[in-house]
Parts: sequence; C-alpha cells; structure tokens
Amino acid sequence: MVPREQPTSYYGRPIVKPPVWKPEIPYYFFFGGLAGASAVMASAATFAGRPQLARRAWAGAFVGVTVSPVLLIKDLGKPSRFLNMLRVFKVTSPMNLGAWLLAANGGATSLAAGLNLLDKRRRGGLPELGAAALGAPLATYTAALVTHTAIPAWSEARVEMPFVFAASATASATGAALLTVPAAEAEPARHLGIAAALAEEAATAVMHKRLGPLAESYEQGKAGHFGKAARALTVAGALALVASDDALHRPKRRSSFFAQRARKDERRRRALTVAGGTLLLAGSVCKRWSIFKAGFQSAEDPAQVIQTQRP
Amino acid sequence: MGGHVVEFETKPRVGFFTDTSVCIGCKACEVACKEWNHVPSDNQGFSGNSYDNSGELGANRWRHVAFIEQKLPVGVEGGAPDSFVQEAARQSLVEEGLEPHADEDGFRWLMSSDVCKHCTEAGCLDACPTGSIFRTEFGTVVVQEDICNGCGYCVVSCPFGVLDQRQDDGRVWKCTLCYDRLKGDMEPACAHACPTKSIQFGELDELRERAAERIEVLHRRGHGDARLYGDSPEDGVGGFGAFFLLMDEPETYRLPPDPVVPTRHAGTVWKAAAAAALTMAAGIGASFLGGRR
Amino acid sequence: MGTSFGRGGATTFQQDLQNSDCIVIMGSNMAECHPVGFQWVVEARERGAKVIHVDPRFTRTSALADLHVPLRAGSDIAFLGGIVNYILTNEREFREYVQAYTNARTIVSDDFRDTEDLDGIFSGLDPESGKYERESWQYKGMEAGAAAGERDKGEAEGEQAHGAHGGELEHGEPPEEDETLQDPRCVFQLLKRHYSRYTPEMVERICGVPKETFLEVAEALCENSGRERTSAFCYAVGWTQHTVGVQYIRTAAIVQLLLGNIGRPGGGIMALRGHASIQGSTDIPTLFNILPGYLPMPHAHEETSLDLYVGRNVPPTGFWGNGKAYMVSLLKAWWGEAAQFENDFCFDYLPRIDSDHSHYRTVADMQDNKLEGYFVMGENPAVGSANGKLQRLALAKLKWLVVRDFAEIETASFWKDGPEIETGELRTEEIGTEVFLMPAAAHTEKDGSFTNTQRLLQWHHKAVEPEGDCRSELWFMYHLGRRVREKLAGSTAERDRPILDLTWDYPTVGPSEEPDAEAVLAEIGGFDAERAPLVDYLPLKDDGSTTCGCWIYAGCYKGGENQPARRKPGSEQNWVADEWAWAWPMNRRILYNRASADPEGKPWSERKKYIWWDAEEEEWTGEDVPDFTPDKAPDYVPPEGATAQEALRGDEPFIMQGDGRAWLYAPNGIVDGPFPTHYEPRESPFPNPLYAQRSNPVRDEYNRPENPYNPSDGEPGADAYPFVVTTYRLTEHHTAGGMSRTLPFLAELQPEFFCEVGPELAAERGLEHGGWATIVTTRTAIEARVLVTERMQPLRVDGRTVHQVGLPYHWGGKGISTGDSANDLFPFALDPNVHIQEVKAATCDIRPGRRPLGAELPAFVAEHLRQAGGGR
Ligand SMILES: Nc1nc2c(c(=O)[nH]1)N[C@H]1C(S)=C(S)[C@@H](COP(=O)(O)OP(=O)(O)OC[C@H]3O[C@@H](n4cnc5c(=O)[nH]c(N)nc54)[C@H](O)[C@@H]3O)O[C@H]1N2
Ligand SMILES: Nc1nc2c(c(=O)[nH]1)N[C@H]1C(S)=C(S)[C@@H](COP(=O)(O)OP(=O)(O)OC[C@H]3O[C@@H](n4cnc5c(=O)[nH]c(N)nc54)[C@H](O)[C@@H]3O)O[C@H]1N2
Ligand code: SF4
Ligand code: SF4
Ligand code: SF4
Ligand code: SF4
Ligand code: SF4
Ligand SMILES: [Mo]
Repeated sequence: MVPREQPTSYYGRPIVKPPVWKPEIPYYFFFGGLAGASAVMASAATFAGRPQLARRAWAGAFVGVTVSPVLLIKDLGKPSRFLNMLRVFKVTSPMNLGAWLLAANGGATSLAAGLNLLDKRRRGGLPELGAAALGAPLATYTAALVTHTAIPAWSEARVEMPFVFAASATASATGAALLTVPAAEAEPARHLGIAAALAEEAATAVMHKRLGPLAESYEQGKAGHFGKAARALTVAGALALVASDDALHRPKRRSSFFAQRARKDERRRRALTVAGGTLLLAGSVCKRWSIFKAGFQSAEDPAQVIQTQRP
Repeated sequence: MGGHVVEFETKPRVGFFTDTSVCIGCKACEVACKEWNHVPSDNQGFSGNSYDNSGELGANRWRHVAFIEQKLPVGVEGGAPDSFVQEAARQSLVEEGLEPHADEDGFRWLMSSDVCKHCTEAGCLDACPTGSIFRTEFGTVVVQEDICNGCGYCVVSCPFGVLDQRQDDGRVWKCTLCYDRLKGDMEPACAHACPTKSIQFGELDELRERAAERIEVLHRRGHGDARLYGDSPEDGVGGFGAFFLLMDEPETYRLPPDPVVPTRHAGTVWKAAAAAALTMAAGIGASFLGGRR
Repeated sequence: MGTSFGRGGATTFQQDLQNSDCIVIMGSNMAECHPVGFQWVVEARERGAKVIHVDPRFTRTSALADLHVPLRAGSDIAFLGGIVNYILTNEREFREYVQAYTNARTIVSDDFRDTEDLDGIFSGLDPESGKYERESWQYKGMEAGAAAGERDKGEAEGEQAHGAHGGELEHGEPPEEDETLQDPRCVFQLLKRHYSRYTPEMVERICGVPKETFLEVAEALCENSGRERTSAFCYAVGWTQHTVGVQYIRTAAIVQLLLGNIGRPGGGIMALRGHASIQGSTDIPTLFNILPGYLPMPHAHEETSLDLYVGRNVPPTGFWGNGKAYMVSLLKAWWGEAAQFENDFCFDYLPRIDSDHSHYRTVADMQDNKLEGYFVMGENPAVGSANGKLQRLALAKLKWLVVRDFAEIETASFWKDGPEIETGELRTEEIGTEVFLMPAAAHTEKDGSFTNTQRLLQWHHKAVEPEGDCRSELWFMYHLGRRVREKLAGSTAERDRPILDLTWDYPTVGPSEEPDAEAVLAEIGGFDAERAPLVDYLPLKDDGSTTCGCWIYAGCYKGGENQPARRKPGSEQNWVADEWAWAWPMNRRILYNRASADPEGKPWSERKKYIWWDAEEEEWTGEDVPDFTPDKAPDYVPPEGATAQEALRGDEPFIMQGDGRAWLYAPNGIVDGPFPTHYEPRESPFPNPLYAQRSNPVRDEYNRPENPYNPSDGEPGADAYPFVVTTYRLTEHHTAGGMSRTLPFLAELQPEFFCEVGPELAAERGLEHGGWATIVTTRTAIEARVLVTERMQPLRVDGRTVHQVGLPYHWGGKGISTGDSANDLFPFALDPNVHIQEVKAATCDIRPGRRPLGAELPAFVAEHLRQAGGGR
C-alpha cells in the first residue's frame, strides 16, 4: 500500500467544488463595498457639514447600489432569479441576507442621496442614519458570503476577511470621492484613504499569518498577481495622498509672486489627489479579484481540504 | 420550497449504507441513476485513472464509482504524459525492475460508489437563498429545479463537492435520493440495480445497526483498514443520510476526512462581519471629527 | 461437459454457489461478465468460502477474491493437470465416489497409447488426414462395437462450447473392470501415469505460477472436498477460446470427479454462458452439426434411412437409448401429418452434412467465392470474429448480405468505412455485395424466452411495440418461410416437398402479424398421442404418436401452461426456487443429483444432503427434482436385455452415459484425445516443456495468405512477437459493441479502446501511461490508448520473463465510442471439436505511438516481420 507521508488524494481531483461564479462577482464585491462605505462616509460628511464631500460620496454610494444588483442579476441570468431570493427570509444563508440588505440599503441610500442632492445645505437626519447603518454591513457581508463556505482558504479566514473587505471598501469610497472633490475639501477623505490603505495591508498580513500554508492560495497564481497589484496600487495611492496632504501645502506669505506659485502648486496637488484616488480604486478592485481567485485555487487543491481537516 | 417542509407528514428517515467492501465496480448504479433520472451524458474521454473515466459527482453524475489501484499505475498521479514524474518512474523501473506482487503485499483494487450524503446538517440547504433546496418528509435533501436561481451558493457550501451547475441551464443538480420513487414506495434506482448489495437502502437507524455489525465482522476477519464513514451523528455535519464503509482513508476516495458544515461557523462569521462593519463606521466617523474649519 | 457427464450444460446453477466451501473461478472474469450471478460468489465468501481467481490479469473478480493467481494465458491444462497429479499422488481423491460413479475402474484397450508413450500424441493419429482414428481409445473388448456409428461422427462432434453433444452414444456396459483400480490398464492407473509429470515444479515452469501459490490452490480444493465439503469451478470463454479449449473443461471435469464434487450442492462446474440465450442457441441449435436436443445432424452417406441413422447414433443403453423416439417426435413436430411410418417420418427431408460448415470454414469458403448470400442476424463478425480483415474481405465477395440489427454495425458498413477501405485493400466501387440492413426488434419489443447460463428458460413479455419497421426474428423467419411457400405453392418438384410439407401454421397477432411465440413454445414442449401437452420426455414414442420440437425441453408447456413464465418469488419457496421459470431437463436445477447420495441412496453427509432415497415412499426425494428415474431403487440391477435407462443400475447417476458413469477417460465424443494434455497455444513464445509436440496436433488451421501465423518459439522471426496477448470483456461494454458503443451512458464509462500493460513492459518498451501504443501481429497492427497498471504483471516462464498484453475486444469503427478491433490481430486457429477461435492466447509485439495509416499499414506489418528475419 502507498505509504501516506503527505495527504493522498483521488488522482489529485478536488474534494470541494470551485465556485461557479462569473467575473461579475468580484466587481459585485467591489461595488457593494463602494456603496456601503460611501454611504457611511457620506452621512458622516453630511453631519460634519461638509456638503461638497458629502454630495460626491452620496453619488458614489448611489452608483454602487444601482450597479450591484445589475451585476448580481447578470451573474444569475435573469431578474426574476434575483427576486427568487426575496421570496424567503433565511438567516442561515448569507446570500439571502445579502439580497435583503442590498434591497434595503438600495432604498435608504437612494433616498438620502436624493435629499442631499436637492438640498445643498442639508445637515442630515434619519435617512442618512439609515443609509449608514445599512451601508456598513453591506460592505462587510460579502466577506461573510465567501467565508461561510466549504472552501478552505476562504472559510479559514472567517475572522480577518471582513476587516480586509471593510478597509478595501473604505479605500474605494475615499478614492471615488477624491476624484472630484476640490482639494481644499478633501482633507478628511484623504486621511481616511491613507488610514484605510494601511488598515487593509495590516488586516491582510494578519489574515495570511493565520492561514499559514493555506495563504498560498492568495500568494500564488492569478490570485497572487492580483494580490501584489492590489498592494502596489494601494500603497502608491496612499503615498500620493500623503504627498498631497494639507500639511505639505500651507500657502506662505500673501503676495502676487507667491500667489502665482500657489496656483501652480494647487494644480500639482489636485493631480496628486486624483491619482491617489484612482490608485485606491484600482487597488480595491484588484484586492477583490485576488480574494475571488484564491477561492478557486484553494478549492482545486484537495490537499488544502485535507490539511484543514487533519491538523 | 423550504416553507413547505412542515406540511409533510414526516416519515422515518431513510438513506443509504454503501458497503464498499463488496462493490465489484460494475457501475450499474451509475447507469441506472442516469436512466431513471434522465441525467445527460457527459463523455470525458479516456482518463487513465484505472477504470474510472467519469471523474466525480457533479450536475450530470449523481452516482459515481471510484477505482483505486493501490500500488498505483505508473504515472497516474504523475500529471502530464512525459512529465518528469513519469520519466523518473520509468527510469527506476528500467534500473530496478519491479517485483511481481504477491497477493499478501497488499495489492488491492478498491471500488466505491459515491453519492450525495443527504447530510443531517446540509451545507447546501442552509446556504440556498431561494429555499429551492429542502428537506423532504423522508429526511432527504432535494433541489427543486423550478425555484433554483443558479446562484451557485450551494456549490461552494457543500463540504463534499457534490452539487454542480449545469452549463446549459445554469441551475444545479444532484441526487434526489429518487424522491419520485420513494413517494411511489420504490427503492432508489441505484440501490435496485446493485447486484452485490453494496448499496443498501433503508431506514437510517436500521442501516446504522447493520453497518455496526458489518464492521465488526470485517475487523474480526483482519481487515483493520475497514472503517465506517459518516455514520456518527456527532460528526461535523450531524451524520450522513447516506454513509459508507470504506477500506481506506476517506481522502483516498476523494472524500473529506472530517467534513464540517459551514453553518457551524456562522457565529464567528457574523460576529466578525459585524465587528468589521462597526470598526469601519467608527473609523470613518472619527476621521470627520474635528469637524469643519 | 457433454462428453464427461452426458449433457452439454452447466451441472449446477449460480444460486447454488452460495453453498460452496471453495470456489475456483478460472477462465472467467465473473464479476465483470456475470455481475448478477456473482452475488452468489460474494454470498459464499461471506459464509466463509475461499474464493480463488486464476487469471492472467488482476480483474474486478480478483479484487473480491481471497486469492488471485496470475498465470500465463494458454497454460491452464498444465495447472489443472498439476492438481490432478497432486490429488492422485497424495491420495486425496474421494475414493467411494470415484469408484462408484466414474469410469475409473474400466479397462482400456491394449492398443491405446498415451502421450507419455508417444511424446505428446495419442495412438491413432492419421498422418494425412491429420485426425485421430479413435478405435484404439475404446474400452477393452469394445473396439469393434465402438467402430460402428463412428462414421456419423466424421467431422465436428463432441462438446459445443456453448452446449454439447449428448455424450457417447455407442456402447453398453463396459465389459472389463477392476474394482480395486489397481490394473495398470484401468482408467485410474492410466490417468495417474498421464499426469505423473505435471508436478508443482512443472506447473511453475509452464504457467509462471510460483510453486507455493499453486500448492495453496491445490490444497484449498482438497481440503474443501469430500463427504462434508464441496468445491465449485466457474469458467467461461477464458477456457473455451483456445485450440485445446474443450480439453480445458475436460480437465476441470476430471478434477471435480476425483474430488467428488459433481451432482452435489455447492459443487459442480458452472459454465458461464454468454449472450442472454446462448445456451438456448445450442439446445435448439444455430449450429450446423446438431439438431434440437443435441441429436447429431445426419451425414451424407451412400445409403441412409432413419433406422441406419438410429443404428449409427443411438446406443442401446442410457437415456440416449430412446434416441429414436426423440428423433421421430422431432420429425413429427416439423412435418406433422406428412411424416408417417411409411416415409420414415420424412427423415429424408432433413439436410445432410458432408463436412465442416462452422463459422470460420464458411467465411473461408466465402473468400473462395463458394457462397453467394449470407444472413447475419444478431451477430457482428466484422468486429466479433477473429481475423477481422479476412471476415470483411470475405463479405466483399458475396452477392448479397442480409444484416438484421438495431443499428448500422460494422458488418453492414464494411463496404464504405471498413479499415480495408482506408488501407486501399478494398475499394467501394469494386465491391459487388448488395447489403440489406433490416431493423430488428429488441427483446423488450417481443415475447419469447431466454435459456440462460444455467439451462433456465425464462420468458420475456413484450413491453413496447417495435418502432417503425423493426421486427422480431420470429416474424422475419415465419413470414420469409410463408412467402417462399407461397412461391412454391402447387409445385410438384420432389425438392420442394420439405418446405411445402412443413407445419408452418403459427397463429399471428396484431397489425404486424407477429407469430404467437407461445405457440412455438408449445410445439417445442411437445404433445402426447391425445395432443395434450407433454409433462416430460419419458412418454416420447418412436411410433409417430408423439410430437416434440426439442426433447430436452419436453414439459416446458406442461398443462398448457407457459412454464418459463412462472415468477414465484424466491421468498415464497425453498432456496432452489424451482417454481421460478423452468429448467431443462425436467426442471432439474442441479444435474446428476443422484450423486449427492451414496450408492445406497443415503446423503454423503448431513451438511451436503440434497437428493436421497426415501425407503418408505420407495422414491427419490429432496430439495430438487431428482435427476434419476423417480422410483428406481439404489439396489436396482437391470435384467438381461434391458435397454435405455432400464439398462442402468440404481447406483449409476450419470443417466445419459451409456455406462451410467462419468468419464475420467473419454473414448469418444471428443476428437483430440481421451485425456486432456497440455499443448501450447498455436502461437507461443515457448516450447512445450512436457512433450516434443508443441501444440494440439489436430487443431483446425487455415493456411492461406490472408491468415498468416506468427512464428512461434524457435521459428525464424519469432523474436518479432515476444509477448503474449489475450482478449476479454469489460463490464461497461458488450461483445462486439453494437449494443454498448452506441449508447451514451455506456460509451462514456469506457470511452476509448485501450490496452492493459504492466509497468515493467511499459518501461521496457517506453509506453506512456495515457498515451498511445501500436500492437502488431502478422495479420495487422492496431492502436490503443495505454493503461499502465500493476494489475498486469510479468511472469517467470521456463526461466524467462514473459509480459502479457491485455486487450478488451469491444471496439470497432461505428457508434459513439470507436476504436480499432482487437480481433483484427488474431488468426483463424480453432479448437477441433467446436471450431472456436483461439483469441485468448497468441503472440504480439507492442510499440509506443500510433500506427501508420492507409497503405503504409500493411507495409509496416510486413516490414516488422522481415526485420526479425521472418516472412518470405
Ligand atoms: N459486461 C459484459 N458481460 C458479458 C459480455 C460482455 O461483452 N460484457 N459477454 C457475454 C458473453 S458473450 C460471454 S461468452 C461471457 C464471457 O465471460 P468471460 O469468459 O468471463 O469473459 P472474458 O473477459 O472474455 O474472459 C474472462 C477472463 O479470461 C481471462 N483469460 C484470458 N486467457 C486466459 C487463459 O488462458 N486462462 C485463464 N484462466 N484465463 C484467461 C481474461 O483475462 C479474462 O479476465 O460474458 C458474457 N457477459
Ligand atoms: N477477441 C475475442 N473475440 C471474441 C471473443 C473474445 O473473448 N475475444 N468472444 C467471442 C464470444 S464468446 C462471442 S459470444 C462473440 C460475440 O460476437 P458477436 O455475436 O459477433 O457480437 P455481438 O456484438 O454480440 O453481436 C450481437 C449483435 O446482435 C444485435 N442484437 C441484439 N439483440 C438482437 C435481436 O433480438 N435481434 C437481432 N437481429 N439482433 C440483435 C446486437 O445489436 C449486436 O450487434 O464474440 C466472440 N469473439
Ligand atoms: S452532501 Fe452536499 S449536497 Fe449532499 S446534502 Fe450534504 S451538503 Fe448537500
Ligand atoms: S444554485 Fe439553486 S439550489 Fe443552489 S443555492 Fe442557488 S438557488 Fe439554491
Ligand atoms: S438515489 Fe436516485 S438519484 Fe440518487 S443516486 Fe441513486 S438513483 Fe441517482
Ligand atoms: S452497482 Fe453496486 S457493485 Fe456495482 S458499482 Fe455500483 S455499488 Fe458497486
Ligand atoms: S446483463 Fe443480464 S445477464 Fe448479464 S449480468 Fe446483467 S442481468 Fe445478468
Ligand atoms: Mo459468448
């Protein structure tokens, strides 16, 4: 009989099935995160009286909640199949809860966004609170969606994954806002973006540490490429934002000569901000792809199933 | 639909005891299942994996017979033809040459018919967002194709990789434990076709007793390797409705050694998600404190 | 079987295997080819029986066996002979049984010379005819008697692989015997001497089976035989498809008789038949040399008549003594009123045979333009028969060919897409054969009966109407006959009488005018003088008052009831279940079951009781229908001048044999020797270590350009074919594939033609697992995917390592799963008794990679031989 040093398998065939999900799904993760985090940020900005930032964030949130269901439906095939999920309410099914969450949040966000676009001087109220309350979970439930499965590299990351998602979502939300917000108004978003980027890197590091050998699903193959890209983009994005921080751009003495320089500097700074935002968005997309692909790679390797079940 | 389960007058739970020690690998079960359930054919060509050319359970294969030659054929695990592994294997043969095996040296050909386990705690059922997967009055787990929306969530929620999506219609398919036959008081097609009673159908409690006796006998006859798999309600899925007697480690048969239904981790999963959500909200909020200048 | 015991059928039934203490499956892959029957082997194993599988390959049967013994294909007689020798030298035989129930004590003619004397041949070999004259084989004092009737046995007699000639018909009580079995000329002593050199060492040398393993098998058999225990043999075509096939089975018969395992529960020889009704196709034969019930086909003699036929073929004693009654009843069934005492009951209407007209001879004749037309019904010879190329070339010589099948099989399409079209050896536009492909109705679409492997007639009812133009064989034959008769109507020509006088009046049913199958069954079952259905064959008369279409089936329509249609569940009757369907003869399940009791009629042991003599009731009773005259007491001694069964004593169980005993030694009924002898296959990489004579001296050969033989050991070019090749079946497919390669659910389970080779051979030849290999003989070369598996292992034979190549033979060019046909590799080389092709053992070469295409293929094959210095 074949001695069993390392776990054997049946002709190397996978034990659990890889997902049947199409490319819409990682984008769904991304836009869900964008919507959720944007909603939170938007209402925060509204209450903090930063209408400029708020309006742009609400726009981001609105885009997120409109695109998400479209992507989901595209993955399912037809709209009726999305509605099928709303015929029952099932606490054991993240997919089902997610559907409800998406629907509810969609409503709240649209309302709040609408109100804010109409009334530029709005200081926030229940709609904002609602959108924020539903936005945060919308950004993290997608993590539950992947960890609540039989796929080792996902399931074993059940504790850290939501934090990675949250951070990535926040980064994307700030990124989106920073594209259009005037430099002067951008400050909190900029700081938030930098913080989110750092948080994402930290959470990811902890996650990989806990996963141990399973982490290879994230570090190798396509998932690995996306992962590296995500890190590069996110870090670069963060640096760009640092470079464009207020602290480095205090206008000096008031004089025509300096005013001219200030204007040039202002333009450079604007460019840096936009670049930072774009990099964060791109980083977030890559991150979701990396996690998505890792699930496939993990499922296709029977050894991972066996390792996790034979400690 | 999920909601309807309660309306059934529930019957004693039924299932399978698949005793691989008497399986002759005739594949009658695999064919009978396809015939009865009109499962489409899928021809995967010559695999070289012993006599198994149909791979594994999936949307178009609800019973699958595995073949394991211990002292495996050269290169079967060696990946691509001409792979380094094969070359090495061949070389070592040329140099040492292999001793023709004596029967005692443990050369054996294991055969085993795999099927959906009809778990007590079924990952697929818990995961299904539409309630398309439900538990029947017989305690079996069945997909209702008219409701399934092809979300594929059950696929990644089954610890055994049983379910899969059918390419053409995007819905998922698996063993129904011949729900239609059960309702007509007929035994499932696969069990009916099995010539050696390797597939035994019946009431679960009774099957478990039978299995316990059987394992006794095999151990007495010195088959130390023989073990029951999935018979215990204590395991990670609360016991299988269709359990097995195996002659080797589960993974040898493409079965997870210690499967756990994802739902068992739901607590952690949701706590973590909530914590992350709050942290995010707090973080964002914080960054706006200090308000406007 | 027929020769040894009297009837050409399995001596037992599969359910009885559960009672065995040891089962030897040899020459069969029972689990794969008889999966449903195999459940009884599994049952026996669960009850503690030892299951042994002797097979060149480790198969799905081996996987369930306690012991798998790999041996070289074509060496079984050496192995079994070794067991005979082991039994005799260690005196492990069941003495009382052997003395009482076999011909061990009979003294053989002084003229008889054994292979030990003549270095591998028996006395009587006629150099020019290449056949044995059997006078010298006869029992002492009977040589003359035996000669009579020999003439009718000219060409092809003896056992049919799938059924049998009804044992020896020529003689009465053996005149000279030695109860003590000491006389050097008695069968027992001759047997001892014949096998004296089949030692464990010799077995190892010939079969490649380690001495220890062989002894384990021999011991297992001896331990599990005797009064208290019984062992069974299961075989199928792994034994029959050899140039000495019949003798393989004879050897097993000898082993089982010495061990006293025939006619007893858990004993016997389970001949596993093939097609659902292949047993039926020999009982009511599709063979050229026998009539229904194994009555010999009349030969074309100078002067012939019913009485001459009877004189030549019917022995005075044993149940065959009623041969005339069986024959006359058959003639009455066929020609009814026309058959009268005055006209010899139309005996002259029967066709006569002059020589061999078996399948392969017919194909050779076809190739020689001796045939115009050919009916192929339920056969696919272009794939299923040896030397596929010659098969197809011959079909191309016909004027017309009728193929009745479900799909366009290779036999029907050879003219447009056969391999020879690709190689250019045939050109469509030059083929004159007109092919009629006619759709057949499947068994689910028609009523009828199967006679299965254990002589059980089981009725199948039509489940659905045949689609479109699909029709049953019965319909086809009946209406063909009807139309011919209409055409001939009114003819006064003498030659048309046989057709016009036939009883051709079956009622038809339904729009398609399907003849009523039960009416045919009734005719076969027979009627007595009052036209009441027969109860059994005992009432059959030779005065024309009774009719019976097949005497051994007499009673299958007992009481006007369709006996084969009986379906009383096993749960509602004893384990023998004799109310399920109906078995010939007389619904007996274990044959010769009188032997389950000792000469006094008492069971040999409580554990193995089956049939015994009930002194009070004065009758035989037990689990089964006694295979004996019900009220003949154990101490019955025939009066002077008694005939037929009356002439047999009360302690002679083999009631079909002239002497009522089973034959260790066969003076008749077999053409290649009274004792089985190890001969190498026609093509072998080895000499015969036992004798100068390598292969069966009287085997059927066809020395013609389309049928070259591979040079064997020692002949120039032998090195070009160093490996042994054998062919076999897979559970997933059926025979020539017309019924499985066409079905998606089966095709996907074994999607491609492959060869099985061991890792050592793969290493030696550089064969790649999962890649392609080309297998070469002098006939042609074919390609197959490579399955390298430890289930194939090299053997040490005669001091050399020999590799074996395994080929499933199911593939051909049509259907969903297509591939080269293994049979294209094999020659016409046949068993002389039954003309079965040797496809279980030949020689070949194997090379990595795919074969050449088109005209390059024949060139490659010729070149291969030339390189090794062979060929012209
Ligand atoms: N699934 C399936 N079942 C079938 C059939 C089928 O095609 N498919 N065909 C039916 C028919 S027609 C028949 S006749 C039967 C045949 O039934 P089997 O005779 O059991 O079938 P085979 O596979 O031809 O041969 C049996 C074994 O003989 C072995 N063998 C080859 N040469 C030798 C030898 O020299 N000595 C010994 N001891 N063994 C040898 C082969 O390795 C093979 O494993 O099966 C019947 N059942
Ligand atoms: N190399 C090699 N050659 C062998 C053997 C081997 O072991 N090795 N085995 C030999 C043996 S044992 C056998 S039996 C032969 C089998 O060889 P064949 O008999 O030539 O091949 P089959 O495929 O059995 O042919 C039966 C055909 O009948 C058709 N059929 C089925 N039912 C009906 C019906 O009711 N009516 C009509 N008209 N047609 C029907 C099927 O579709 C099928 O095409 O092969 C022999 N040849
Ligand atoms: S085995 Fe998989 S598919 Fe079957 S019931 Fe369990 S979880 Fe569901
Ligand atoms: S694919 Fe169908 S069955 Fe599976 S979870 Fe989604 S809806 Fe339920
Ligand atoms: S129970 Fe029915 S559906 Fe399930 S495998 Fe058996 S035959 Fe197929
Ligand atoms: S039918 Fe029974 S014996 Fe045949 S493969 Fe399936 S489980 Fe095994
Ligand atoms: S195919 Fe028919 S004859 Fe052959 S094993 Fe199955 S049931 Fe028996
Ligand atoms: Mo056969």
